[in-house]
Amino acid sequence: MEELNSLMHGFSVILTPYNLVLMFVGVFLGIIVGVLPGLGGANGVAILLPLTFAMPPTSAIVMLSCIYWGALFGGAITSILFNIPGEPWSVATTFDGYPMAQQGKAGEALTASFTASFFGALVAIIMITFIAPAVANFALRFGPPEFFAVYFLTFCSFIGMGKEPPFKILVAMMIGFALAAVGIDIVTGQLRMTFGFTELLRGFNFLIAVIGLFGIGEILLSMEEGLSFTGKTARINMKVVFETWKKLPRFWGTALRSTVIGCWLGITPGGATPASFMAYGIAKRTSKDGAKFGTGQLEGVVAPEIANNSAGTSALLPMIALGIPGSPTAAVLLGGLLIWGLQPGPLLFVEQKDFVWGLIASMYLGNLASLILVLTCVPFFAAILKVPFSIIAPVIVVICAVGAFTVSNAMGDVWMMLMFGVVGYAFKKLDYPMAPMVLALVLGDQAESAFRQSMLMSQGDMRIFFSNTLVGSITSLALFALFWPLIAMGIRRMRSAAA
Amino acid sequence: MSIQRILSRGLLPLVAAFGLVAASAPAAAWEPSKPVEFIIPAGTGGGADQMARLIQGIVAKHNLMKQPIVPVNKSGGAGAEGFLDVKSSKGDAHKIIITLSNLFTTPLATGVPFNWKDLTPVAMLSLDNFVLWVNADDPYKTPKEYLDAVKKAGANAYKMGGTGSKQEDQIITVAIEKAAGVKFIYIPFKGGGAVATQLVGKHVNSTVNNPIEAVAQWRAGKLRPLCVFDTQRMPYKNKVTDTMSWYDIPTCKEAGIPMDYVMLRGIFMPAGVPQEAVNFYIDLFKKVRSTPEWQKFMEDGAFNQAFMTGKEYADWVAKAETLHRDLMRDAGFLAKP
Repeated sequence: MEELNSLMHGFSVILTPYNLVLMFVGVFLGIIVGVLPGLGGANGVAILLPLTFAMPPTSAIVMLSCIYWGALFGGAITSILFNIPGEPWSVATTFDGYPMAQQGKAGEALTASFTASFFGALVAIIMITFIAPAVANFALRFGPPEFFAVYFLTFCSFIGMGKEPPFKILVAMMIGFALAAVGIDIVTGQLRMTFGFTELLRGFNFLIAVIGLFGIGEILLSMEEGLSFTGKTARINMKVVFETWKKLPRFWGTALRSTVIGCWLGITPGGATPASFMAYGIAKRTSKDGAKFGTGQLEGVVAPEIANNSAGTSALLPMIALGIPGSPTAAVLLGGLLIWGLQPGPLLFVEQKDFVWGLIASMYLGNLASLILVLTCVPFFAAILKVPFSIIAPVIVVICAVGAFTVSNAMGDVWMMLMFGVVGYAFKKLDYPMAPMVLALVLGDQAESAFRQSMLMSQGDMRIFFSNTLVGSITSLALFALFWPLIAMGIRRMRSAAA
Repeated sequence: MSIQRILSRGLLPLVAAFGLVAASAPAAAWEPSKPVEFIIPAGTGGGADQMARLIQGIVAKHNLMKQPIVPVNKSGGAGAEGFLDVKSSKGDAHKIIITLSNLFTTPLATGVPFNWKDLTPVAMLSLDNFVLWVNADDPYKTPKEYLDAVKKAGANAYKMGGTGSKQEDQIITVAIEKAAGVKFIYIPFKGGGAVATQLVGKHVNSTVNNPIEAVAQWRAGKLRPLCVFDTQRMPYKNKVTDTMSWYDIPTCKEAGIPMDYVMLRGIFMPAGVPQEAVNFYIDLFKKVRSTPEWQKFMEDGAFNQAFMTGKEYADWVAKAETLHRDLMRDAGFLAKP
């Protein structure tokens, strides 16, 4: 086993007191970055990048990647406690995590989310350790049509979700697409729907929308409902961790599917955000408790968390093996490699063994460190819910505002966040679902670019989405997911007619 | 002559001169009194972002400035957000911006109201090169062979991948089309790294990536450089692959494509800042350029290490603006008024 030898060598590289301290510092900072909405992993790493300039490259990447692991874990905390996703990839975690917290099961939800995150990351790291080069080459087969097929599949696996009428889902999704279209259009280089406002040049940032819709919207709603959080009965002791662990093995099927989705989207590179949405959608379809999703199911927390961590972790593989970043944070790390004088790409594995295997070894340790750190804090996090609403609400509003500001250092974004808060409140009152809108806002832009790039390539021929086995099968899968509710209804009719 | 007169005639001017010196001494030694905001009119991870963060790192490591430099990405509207921010910060000597070609292309293509004349030119740091790349599995060894094949296949058969739309990559593509009498399908992608990967995966036929964006794939034997769009060859003679150095790549001119293009990597400040502040930054960037880290970065990315300041720099920028306007008018890329 050549890989095992290399891995052991990697451990020997990073197991120095200096590197271990950096690792814990990184993880700790990362969790803070993950908890604060707006200050995403990419921003956090970019801010700290120049500090690492004087370090040896291996120590630098260990610290920066640990910030990333910490952020992947930490994003779920505020999603579950306050319905405010700390990171884009933890939006899907709010769907079942927040209802659980409201029922006094915040500790369980947090434990499940952290454990699932670790599981997802671990599988991805094992994959990186043993089959990196083969997997990396798979990423090369993805051109614009393949990317569009993946986005299409994400949307389709999401249709028919939720209890709301399909018409309302469609309306919410279309509003999301419209908002995603604001700003520069990458295919024509023209500005769209900015109406001469400088603030709109950036377009509607997904993070701002999420902070407003979920965070501020939730506060407005709680204010109306009598200024109290309903999670007060949360038990706060370490026992809850072990009790939750006993329940988790039941979800092995969902875990398996979510891991595959996560690894796949991390490598291609689709990213952690679509992975978490797709995993949630598929889990809902395939679980026998699917109908109860959204009311506080443990499985609904496990699925997106496994997927986003395995995607986030495997996103580093195309970065080191090919020089393509699988996520925005990976893009910043890639810039770091160049600054440290390393060349990401196929030769990195050969020329920089210490660096590559040190990084891989640090993935194991960094994720373990993250898990230990967050699990021991579960009682503490759950206890936050005991703070009276009149104290915690202003704090949340301030954190949201700071978060919105840090996304691109603009005051206009804070106003935009408040506006989205009102929209979120209206959506809740009128029973419109927010998830489809958020999904369309985060993926609409990329899906549109991929579609139009494909159309340029084929000069307008739609058959390009069936032009090879890979894209053909993803598209077919998507169409199948889209029409599944109809097919299922047909089967049921036939059965009842036969009976 | 009384002592008084001697004093008034001889000493007063002296005293006055001293006073002047005393008054101008702090001004000549202008230095930032608070952190300097370094605007990057592009996203995190791109070429401009890398360079800005490298500069931040170098300044911090070698202690070149008492105050820190804080990079801020303002990439909205193809960089318009960043340029408008600097334009509206008249007189703010604690703000600098790094530019790429979007200094010219963004206002021309979108009609967003700004121009480099709204800013104070500080210094040209370097010029970024562009290279014509094809997949190494393809048989083309020279630009001529490739363009002949493109011509033979007819219009809209070969695909050129590039970063963004109506920006440098597409402008170069149009210039090639004009020079060689061919027609590509131009497919815009979001970043240079993605473009290089699309070429490795054979989703496009060629690219005009910057050296640093494609070098890893070149060394791995996946891509082949055909020619560089500068007026002279890249000066770096150390072997990059087993057989070739950057210097071994011919210019497109000598290979029969009569055109050239380089991209500005330069520094600007808001209008109305004191000349002493400009001088401070010029001096700062001179120091940055002399560090070994900067030298290594230049060689890794095969940059053209031109350095200009003052009028020479402003003249260069003015000429580049005219060039961009002409190229973009020919291509039909100008925003409709």
